Amino acid sequence: MKTIQDCLKERILVIDGAMGTMIQRHKLSEEDYRGERFKDWKSDVKGNNDLLNITQPEIVIGIHLEYLEAGADILETNTFSSTVIAQADYGMESLAYELNVEAAKCAREAIRRSGKQAWVAGAMGPLNKTLSLSPDVNNPGFRAVSFDEVVEAYYEQVKGLVDGGVDLLLIETIFDTLNAKAAIYAIKKYFRDTNKEPLPVMISGTITDASGRTLSGQTLEAFYTSVMHAKPLSIGLNCALGAKEMRPHIEELSQLSSSYVSAYPNAGLPNAMGEYDEHPEDTAHYLEEWAKEGFVNIVGGCCGTTPDHIRHIAQEVKGLQPRPLPKLETSLV
Amino acid sequence: MPENFSIKPYLRLAGLEPLVIRPETNFVNVGERTNVTGSKKFARLIRDNKYEEALSVARQQVESGAQVLDVNMDDALLDGVLAMTTFLNLLQSEPDIARIPIMIDSSKFEIIQAGLKCVQGKCIVNSISMKEGEAKFIEQAIICQSFGASVIVMAFDEQGQADTRDRKVSICHRAYKILTEQVGFDPQDIIFDPNVFAIATGLEEHNNYGVDFIEATREIKQLMPLTKVSGGVSNLSFSFRGNDHVREAMHSVFLFHAIKAGMDMGIVNAGQLVVYDEIEPGLRDLCEDVILNRNNDNNEATEKLIAFAETVKAKGKVEVRDEAWRNNTVEERLKHALVNGITEYIELDTEEARQKYAKPLEVIEGPLMAGMNYVGDLFGAGKMFLPQVVKSARVMKKSVAVLTPFIEAEKLEASDAPTILLATVKGDVHDIGKNIVGVVLGCNGYNIRDLGVMVPADKILDEAEKCGAAIIGLSGLITPSLDEMVHVAHEMKRRGMKQPLLIGGATTSRMHTAVKIEPQYDNGVMHILDASRSVTAVSTLLSKEKDQFLKQAKTEYAALREQFLNKNKKELIPYEEAVITKEYFDWKGYKPVKPSVDGVKVLKAFDLGTIAEFIDWGPFFIAWEMPGHYPQVLTDKIFGVEATRLFEDAQKLLKQIVEEKWFTADGVIGFWPASTNNADTIRLQTPKGEVKLESLRQQMKKAVGQPSYSLADFVRPDDLGGNDHMGAFAVTIHGAKKYIDQFQAQHDDYNKILVQVLADRMVEAFAECLHQKVRKEYWGYNKDEKLSNEQLIREEYKGIRPAPGYPACPDHTEKIKLFELLDVTANIGISMTESLAMDPPASVCGWYFAYPGSHYFGLGKIGRDQLADYAKRKGMPLEEAERWLRPVLE
Repeated sequence: MKTIQDCLKERILVIDGAMGTMIQRHKLSEEDYRGERFKDWKSDVKGNNDLLNITQPEIVIGIHLEYLEAGADILETNTFSSTVIAQADYGMESLAYELNVEAAKCAREAIRRSGKQAWVAGAMGPLNKTLSLSPDVNNPGFRAVSFDEVVEAYYEQVKGLVDGGVDLLLIETIFDTLNAKAAIYAIKKYFRDTNKEPLPVMISGTITDASGRTLSGQTLEAFYTSVMHAKPLSIGLNCALGAKEMRPHIEELSQLSSSYVSAYPNAGLPNAMGEYDEHPEDTAHYLEEWAKEGFVNIVGGCCGTTPDHIRHIAQEVKGLQPRPLPKLETSLV
Repeated sequence: MPENFSIKPYLRLAGLEPLVIRPETNFVNVGERTNVTGSKKFARLIRDNKYEEALSVARQQVESGAQVLDVNMDDALLDGVLAMTTFLNLLQSEPDIARIPIMIDSSKFEIIQAGLKCVQGKCIVNSISMKEGEAKFIEQAIICQSFGASVIVMAFDEQGQADTRDRKVSICHRAYKILTEQVGFDPQDIIFDPNVFAIATGLEEHNNYGVDFIEATREIKQLMPLTKVSGGVSNLSFSFRGNDHVREAMHSVFLFHAIKAGMDMGIVNAGQLVVYDEIEPGLRDLCEDVILNRNNDNNEATEKLIAFAETVKAKGKVEVRDEAWRNNTVEERLKHALVNGITEYIELDTEEARQKYAKPLEVIEGPLMAGMNYVGDLFGAGKMFLPQVVKSARVMKKSVAVLTPFIEAEKLEASDAPTILLATVKGDVHDIGKNIVGVVLGCNGYNIRDLGVMVPADKILDEAEKCGAAIIGLSGLITPSLDEMVHVAHEMKRRGMKQPLLIGGATTSRMHTAVKIEPQYDNGVMHILDASRSVTAVSTLLSKEKDQFLKQAKTEYAALREQFLNKNKKELIPYEEAVITKEYFDWKGYKPVKPSVDGVKVLKAFDLGTIAEFIDWGPFFIAWEMPGHYPQVLTDKIFGVEATRLFEDAQKLLKQIVEEKWFTADGVIGFWPASTNNADTIRLQTPKGEVKLESLRQQMKKAVGQPSYSLADFVRPDDLGGNDHMGAFAVTIHGAKKYIDQFQAQHDDYNKILVQVLADRMVEAFAECLHQKVRKEYWGYNKDEKLSNEQLIREEYKGIRPAPGYPACPDHTEKIKLFELLDVTANIGISMTESLAMDPPASVCGWYFAYPGSHYFGLGKIGRDQLADYAKRKGMPLEEAERWLRPVLE
C-alpha cells in the first residue's frame, strides 16, 4: 500500500465535503440525537452533530461512504466540536474523548466497507473560545479561556483520535492562530509523552473577509509563519470564503509554502438566507483551474458542499499534476 | 509557479504581519523601551497599573521604526508572570503595535512561557543559555520550539558569561550543535547574543569588549551562516549614563562596525539612533577609537571621550512623530483618534468638543458617530480589520466617559433609564457590532445589559425577564447565527414576551429578517443596519410612536417577503431534476377524508351578514393607497384621520348593502376522487370520466434539501395508494354593477369605488367563509377548527385554496377545466373573457387541497423544458402555452 506521502507526489488528493450539510439532510429530531443512551439528558442536544458518532454511527458512516464513493481520498472525522471546551455547550464535556474515538472508528469503518484506500484525518476544530480576542470590549486584556486549558482540551482530543485509529491530524478552520498554536503544542506534547511515532499534521486556516486576514488579524503570510513549526504535511485554507474569493490567498500560499497546499472552500458565499448554493460544477471548475495553475495538492469542500461537489471536484482534478514541493535551500545565497 | 521554485532558509518572524530577515535586510531594530529594567518610565507605568499608557510607550517604539518589540517585566516589585500576561494580552488588541513580532525578554523562564501563551505570532525568546547546564537548556529549547519561537542564545555557560572572542564563539557553537542536532531546531531560528559589555569604564580589561563582540560576530556568522547575531547595544555606553548625545553616537558607531561584521539585529531605542554619517566628525573619531580599542594605551582614547563628553551639553531631542493631525479641527481630531484608535488626546479633544457643542449628547451624535460610521465603512471595505475596530470602540467609550457626567447632570434620574439587553447568539463569538451598539446606546443614556457571546436562547430570555429588558438586541456574524436568531424569536413568541426584538450583525439582512425572523414573533422584530441606526430605533421604540413604528416595519417586511417570493431571481434547475426533488410526504400514514358532499353543490344567495364578518380590511386600505395593517392604519400618523373617515363610510355603506341586499352572493363547490402520477398531473375521477389537471413545478435552484414545490405534491400519488380527493370552488358577487353605474351617473366616484372595493372584499370574504365551511362541513376534514378572523387572514388553517392565475398555479387556462367541472357559468352565472378574466369582476375561483402538509407558495420562474412538457401534457400548441405562461417563463 502506498503511503499518503507517496500519493501526494503523484496526484492531487481529494478531501471530503461538509458533514453538517449532509447531517441536515437527515432532518434529525432531538430524539434522534439523543438516541437510547442520552434519552434523559438534562439539556437539549439537537445540533450537537459530533454526538451522532455515538448515537447514530450508521448515519455518520453513511455520509463517509457517500464521500468515498464520490472520490474522496481523505475523510475528516466528525469531531469539529469534540473537545471538552466546545462540548460544554451541551454539558457533555465528559464525552469528549469518547466522541473522538467513535468518530475515528466511524471513518475507519466506512473505509473498510468501501474497500478503497483512503485516509482518516482527525479533525480538530477552532473552539468557541479564542485566545487572542477578548469577548469584553471594555477589557481587551481579558481572555475567556487560558492557553493551558486549550492545550488540555486538544490533548484529550488527539488522544481520542489516535486511539480511534486516525491516520492524520487536521487542525482546521483556524481563525485565531493562538488556538492553533495550542493545538500544535498539544500534538507535540502527546507524541512526546507517549513516545508514539508522530502522525502527519495538516493545517488549514481561515481568511474571514475582504481584509485578507484571519479573524485574529494576521495576514496569510504571518499565519503561515506562525504555524510552520508544526512541520505540517500540508497547509491550506478552508471555510468562510467560496473558491472565487479564496483564489488569491491560495495562490499566495502556494508561493510561500514548503509543505503541500490544501484548499477546501465553501460552496460559494452564503446567500441572503444564509444558504450555500454554488453548483458542484462551479466549485469544481474553480478548483480545476487552481490545479492547472499548480497551486494545490489537496482539494475538497467545506460548508455547503456535498458528495456531488466532491464528485465533480474529483473528476476535474483527476490526472492533473500536483504542485511539486519547493526545493528547500540550505544556503542564503 | 516556476518549476525551480525554492525556499530560502530565512529567519521568518510574525506579529499580525510577517517579518522576513533576508541577507539584504538592513539591521533589524528591536524596540527596547518596553522594558522595565531599561526604562524607568515604563517600569513606573507598569507598577502603577497604567497599562494603557504603557501601551503608548510600545506604540511610540513602533512609530519610530522598531521592527520587533522587546518586552521585559523583570522587576523584583512586580509579579512578572502577571505583568507579562496582562501587557501582552492588551497589546494583542492594538493592531498597530501587534503587527510587529514580539521578543519575550526575561531571565525567568516561567515569565517567558507566560508570554509565549499570549502571542499568536512567531516570537523570539530572549533568552535561553547553558548557564544551568545542558539538560535545562534542552528542556527550555524544546518548550520554545513547541511554541514555534525563535530563540536568542546567550553566550553563557556553566562557567559564566563569555567575555573574550574565543569563549563567545565556542559557547555559541556548542549551543548550536545541541539545538540543531538534539532538539531539531532549524539553524535560521537560532539567534546568538555574544554579550555587549560596557566599555570606557576606566578599567583597562574592559577596553576590548567592543572588539571582542565584533570579532566574535564575524566568526559566528562564518561558522554558522544561517544563524543571526543580536545584542543589547545600550550596555556598551553604560558609563556615559545621562549623556545621551555621546551615548547615541557610541551606539551608532558600534553598530556601524558590528553590522559590517554580520550583526543582524539589536535592542536599541529606535527613536534615538543617529545616522553614522551625521555624527560630528570629532565625536565620531573618538567613539571609533574607544569601540575599536585603537589609540587606547593607558586608556588614552577613553580619557579623550570622557573629556569630550564633559564639554558637550546633552542636547535633548524631540521625539519625531507625525503629530500634524493635532492641528486639525476638533471634529477631524476626534475622527482621527477613532480611526487610529488613539486614546492619548481623546479626553482633551472630547472636552473641547463638549464646550463647542450646545449639548454633550450632540458630540456623540455628531462627530463621534460620524467617526464611527467612517470606521464602519473602512471595515466593510476591508481597509480596517477587527482588532482596529475594537480599538475604535474603546476610544469611543473613553470619549463617552468624559461626556457621561454632563449627560447625566442633564437627566433627572439616570437609574430609571430603560434596560436594553444585548447578546451574541449561541454558536457565535462575534460581538464587535453588538458591543458598538452597546456603547452607542449606553452613550444615549440607556442601561445596557450585555450578556456577551455564545448566549443560548433560554439564557437571553430568562435574563430579559429578570432585568425587565425593554428591548432585546441579538447579534451574530456567522451564518448559523441566522437560524439561532429565528429560534430566539420563536421562543419569545412561545413565552409570550412583549418587548421588541432587534436584529443586527454582518450576515443579518433586512431581507432575512423579513422572510425568516419577523414572522416568528408578533411583538416587533426589526433589522438594524448599524449602530448609528440603533439609537433612533431604540428611542422610537420606547416612545409613544412605538406602535406606529412597528407597524410600519411590519408592513415593510411583509412587502419585502412578497418581493422575495416573487422576484427572487435564481438559477433554474432542469425540470426533470425539479420533479425528482419534489416535496415528499409520508403518505403511508395518511388517511384521506372522503368529502361529505359528493360531486357538485351550489350555494345561492348566501347570507351577506355572515360573509361581512370574514372581511379582511387590510387590502381594502391598500386599494385606497393607504398601506398598513388593519386596524393600526386607523391611527396612522400620516393618513390615520383619513383612513378612519373612510372606514366609517365603508361600514355605513356595507350595512346598507347587507340590509338592503344590494348584492347577491352565489357559490359552487365540488369534490372528486383524485390521485397523481407522482409528477405534475392530478387525475380527477368525475361522473363524466377522468379529468387531468396539470400543475407547474418550481424550478428555481434552491439550497440542498429544499424541495421544488408543485400543487400536485399535495395529492396522494397512485403508487402510494392514490384514493385521495380534491375540490374546487367558484364564488361571485352579483348586483354591484347596478350601483356602480348609478354612482357613476351621479359623478360620485367616491361611492363608486367604495362599492367596487367592497364587492371585491365581499367575494374574498365569501371565499374565506366558504373555505371554512368546506373544512368543517362540506369536506369535513377538520371539523373541530376554531380560528379567529386574524388567524384566517394569516392562513393558519389546514389545507389550501389556490386560485388558477395566482402565484402557486399561474396558468389561467386551468380555470377552463375548473369552470367545466363545476359548470360555473350555468350554476352561478360567472362568465369568462377571452383572456380568462371572470365577470362579474368580483368573482373568485380555486382548488381545494385538504392534505395538512399542503401550503401556499410562489412558483417563480420556470424553464422552457417545463413549458414544452406542460404544453405536451395539456395537448396545447407550444406557442399558445408560451403565451399564457410568459410571465413566469425564464
